[in-house]
Amino acid sequence: MTAAAPVHRASPLPRLLTFLRPFGWWVAAGILLGFATISSSVGLMAVSAYLISKAAIAVDVTQLSLAIAGVRLFALTRALFRYGERYVTHLATFRILTALRVWFYRAIEPLAPARLLQVHSGDVLARIGADIETLENFYVRVVAPPVSAALVTLFAAALLGAFDVWLGIALVGFLALTGGVLPWASRRLSHRAAAATIAQRGALHINLVDMVQGMADLIAFDQAETQQVRVLAQSAALQQAQLRLAEVRGLANALTALFTGLAGLTMLWLAIPLVTAGRLEGVYLALLPLTAMAAFECVQPLGQAWQMLESSQAAARRLFALVDTPPAVVDPPMLAPAPVGVSLETRGLRFRYPPTHDSEPVDVWALDGLTFAVRAGQRLAITGPSGAGKSTLIALLLRFWDVPPGSIWLDGRDLRDYAAADVRALFAVVPQAPYLFHTTIRDNLLIANPDATDADLVAACRTAQIDDFIAALPAGYDTLLGDNGLTLSGGERQRLAIARALLKPAPILVLDEATAHLDAITAARVWQALEPHMAGRIVLIFDHNPLALAHADTVIQIAGAAP
Amino acid sequence: MLRATQTSRLLKQSPAARRSLAWATGAGFIAGAMLVAQAWWISLIVDAVFLRGQTLAQVTPLLGVLLASLLVRSLAVYVETVLGQRAANELKQTLRQRLTTHLILLGPLPLRNERAGELVNTIAEGVEALDAYVAQFLPAQFLAVLLTIFILIVVLILDPWTTLVLLFAAPMLLLMLALIGGRAKSLTERRFLELSWMSAFFLDMLQGLTTLKLFGRSQEQVETIRRISAHYGKTTMEVLATAFQTSLVMEWAATAATALVALEVSYRLMAGQLHFAPALAVLLLTPEFFLPLRTLAIRYHAGAAGKAAAQRIFSLLDMENESVLTQRRNDAEMRSGQVAHNNSSAPLGAPAPLRQSVSDVMRPPSSIRFDRVTFAYEGRPALQDCSFVIAPGSRVALVGATGAGKSTIVNLLLRFAEPQQGAIWVGDARLSELDPVQWRRQVAWVPQHPQIFQGTVLDNIRLARPEASLPEVIAAAEAAYAHAFIMALPQGYDTRVGEQGARLSGGQRQRLALARAFLRNAPLLILDEATAHLDAESAQAIQGAIERLAAGRTVLLIAHRLELAAGADRVIVLEQGSIVESGAPADLLAHDGPYRRLALSLAGGAP
Repeated sequence: MTAAAPVHRASPLPRLLTFLRPFGWWVAAGILLGFATISSSVGLMAVSAYLISKAAIAVDVTQLSLAIAGVRLFALTRALFRYGERYVTHLATFRILTALRVWFYRAIEPLAPARLLQVHSGDVLARIGADIETLENFYVRVVAPPVSAALVTLFAAALLGAFDVWLGIALVGFLALTGGVLPWASRRLSHRAAAATIAQRGALHINLVDMVQGMADLIAFDQAETQQVRVLAQSAALQQAQLRLAEVRGLANALTALFTGLAGLTMLWLAIPLVTAGRLEGVYLALLPLTAMAAFECVQPLGQAWQMLESSQAAARRLFALVDTPPAVVDPPMLAPAPVGVSLETRGLRFRYPPTHDSEPVDVWALDGLTFAVRAGQRLAITGPSGAGKSTLIALLLRFWDVPPGSIWLDGRDLRDYAAADVRALFAVVPQAPYLFHTTIRDNLLIANPDATDADLVAACRTAQIDDFIAALPAGYDTLLGDNGLTLSGGERQRLAIARALLKPAPILVLDEATAHLDAITAARVWQALEPHMAGRIVLIFDHNPLALAHADTVIQIAGAAP
Repeated sequence: MLRATQTSRLLKQSPAARRSLAWATGAGFIAGAMLVAQAWWISLIVDAVFLRGQTLAQVTPLLGVLLASLLVRSLAVYVETVLGQRAANELKQTLRQRLTTHLILLGPLPLRNERAGELVNTIAEGVEALDAYVAQFLPAQFLAVLLTIFILIVVLILDPWTTLVLLFAAPMLLLMLALIGGRAKSLTERRFLELSWMSAFFLDMLQGLTTLKLFGRSQEQVETIRRISAHYGKTTMEVLATAFQTSLVMEWAATAATALVALEVSYRLMAGQLHFAPALAVLLLTPEFFLPLRTLAIRYHAGAAGKAAAQRIFSLLDMENESVLTQRRNDAEMRSGQVAHNNSSAPLGAPAPLRQSVSDVMRPPSSIRFDRVTFAYEGRPALQDCSFVIAPGSRVALVGATGAGKSTIVNLLLRFAEPQQGAIWVGDARLSELDPVQWRRQVAWVPQHPQIFQGTVLDNIRLARPEASLPEVIAAAEAAYAHAFIMALPQGYDTRVGEQGARLSGGQRQRLALARAFLRNAPLLILDEATAHLDAESAQAIQGAIERLAAGRTVLLIAHRLELAAGADRVIVLEQGSIVESGAPADLLAHDGPYRRLALSLAGGAP
């Protein structure tokens, strides 16, 4: 088993583009509609300018009829093409979004939690979410605009080149300068300030969290004003970086305006001698600067495209690296029949976490020779200082990691012989830091057992000493949890997790510091109520609270590596 | 209008920001005016060459003027961008200053728990949302009015008939504005909400993946994600379809006006009612006429986010809390009544004057007396009619379940809140009449969850006494059994801790807090015991440190385990905000009462 994730040095762009392949027609349609939209306004300005010029010298209105028809046509198509473009690109984006999320979830599901936890800490998960969002915009904001812009450039340059080839070349030059060189240069100029902004923003956030969460400590020690000074200094530093960014942005805006105007000016400067020399009819002169300047609409979104190209590549690189990690546990080719959970044993269990990269040194032993045996109806407590390997042991029992053959035995067979899902089905776990979904209390409980009745829920919550609390809520079991709902305290979360574990009809019950956040009185009540639920099961209690240890038949102490 | 008052209230916060914003808008106006000038020069040049047969040499001066207006426009664009940012910066800094000052005034009680995250968000991200609002949306809003009127006037001078066409489009413009302000607003907001909702849903799935796996439910979520994502796409498209139709109308209004102007001036040119140069100029100006409004529409989201943020900021600034007001009033009276505080010790046993220096009441040691104190927090009664005395030099333990009122007593003692009825007495002085800063100097408080601040270990211990020397800090750390683990950290006392620094275990944090208390060296010690979920080793070390710290001081102990309460001189048992029993622990155990029942229920956990 090699743990090292492949390192992606090559550009992830080709692989990213393969995601667009199933949506090829949508993408092409979006790009063409974008091109047609801008070309319509280029056409509108060109034909209008020609119409006015022609009108100044025409004697008969029939000489204008073609131009008039053109003006009417382009006035209508521009709006329609824009509508179509928006519709198609958004539709495509939503389809890509769904495909991307399903693909990613499917890829990451076998990796959880071992690889996820090993490579990433909790808040990095939030970054995965942000990375996927970045990629959702990859098509609309990165792929489509440059292609559309290139088509518009070709179209406008061909139009002008028909009068004189140098007019077309000059326009291509100015458009390339504004849409290519300028965004590239401003990215380079603002690179450091942009990085500083992100870092300063993070630091400001941390200083503020310190101030708000630590307000009691600060006021008690009369240090609130000192912390305020620190926060404000951080805020000022952030704004310094933002001003620097604004300077670069201002420069880019100014140069875009300048190049647009210069393109018009250059058209005149090149065309006037042609008119004087009789090689260009004067009636076309007004059309030239107006066409050139209208074409600049196509380079407007390119600055953002450059920026998003970088962030998309970074996001894709991170996601691909994660997705390409081999899973920590692979089911054996010949599966043993599903176990029922009557006995659980470890024999000299040793384990150390594999390094995340080949270059990293081998970790110390997280568990070094652990032996125990429990049968249904027995309760084993495992205690030891923090970092002694209790969490590791739980992860190993749940087959989140692979262990050496013959070190864990379930129902008399090596744990490695079973399908991981069959093993997990036997365990009801109350984790140290339970995760609750941002949905109702009921849905959170039903995850454990979709068939549970309301009576089952209430009974489980009563055992966990949380029923009174839920009943007192205005929406009861339908109360939403999380960001848009109710925020629970650590103790409430734990009690809900206990109720959830009780709802799962599993023969092995694992309680990992299940009452650590409860006050002593409530904790005592919970343990007492749990008594009947422990009968006949294999119970593993990971705790160092004497209250919890009192409920075990046997207590073993595991000593971790040096602290 | 609510919206206008909020913007003006926002800008009133910082005159400097208002000035910068005015200059930025001015620069934006010049940039717009130069665009109008450009249109005019181009028309003149084309007119001269096309109709009057002039050569390049003859129009070179005009080309020079065109170049000059290009350069002025570019400069103005640069100045507009930079000054807009400066205005935003000035406002943001002022607001952060005000908000943090207000936080300090509010004190820790309103900042607890779920509110903390929201407040941090308001001050960090909420204020940051004003960046785009001030730097981009507000100038665009002003320019939408100024430039639109300006271009209308220029067109009126060049060709009054075209003005009529533009004015004809005015109902269309008003419609556009109404749509931007009203319908489009709710659409953008709804779209934004749905978008963030979808992201949150997916993130929730990822974060809960282990849990789903534990319950064997992770595979089936693929379908859920597909279904919800597809459904979300469908509903969002329905919402967006309306938004697209709105922009179809706006887009069409702008192109239709351009086409109409082109046709209308052509006919009049042919009829000889108009000259070529003004005709071409008004054609060029027609798209520019719509530009400021389109810019405003593009920046609409920044505007909406800014307004929402402003609302949050003002609701925080307007947030008051009753006991804070009481306290602030008292403080104001204190400071005005007190010329200079006197740090020398007062005569022994002298009757206390009404307003006095804290050192007078605490050294010599005084008793602390709660006299029928009642306190409710946000309408929830937290403490009812509580009376008890902490004798000088004694050790008092508070016992009770979560929510029984233990922390309320501490909050009142630390003056994070004031009693709503009754009074707290320190010796012969009312606590509410003492200067809070001086009073807190007499208190060493070890909270249950001490905050470890971003910075070094040294900074963190020095929080208790910033001027303490290094040997003093080390002595305090040694007394708190913290020295050994600190020295084991990569850079010892200079190791960075906190959010971005080395992670400390619960026991280590607790020992740092004890070191702070040692360094504080105050006569009253308030200890929120947090050994409940520490491993045995840490618990023992902390126990030893607590014993040493308590020696020779008045101690108020919040006991979560009864072993600790057993060592106290006196135990006060609280239930739902009331004292149900108090006395020496041995006496309380001797008869059947709440304390004894508590002790039995804790000990009787074993089957």
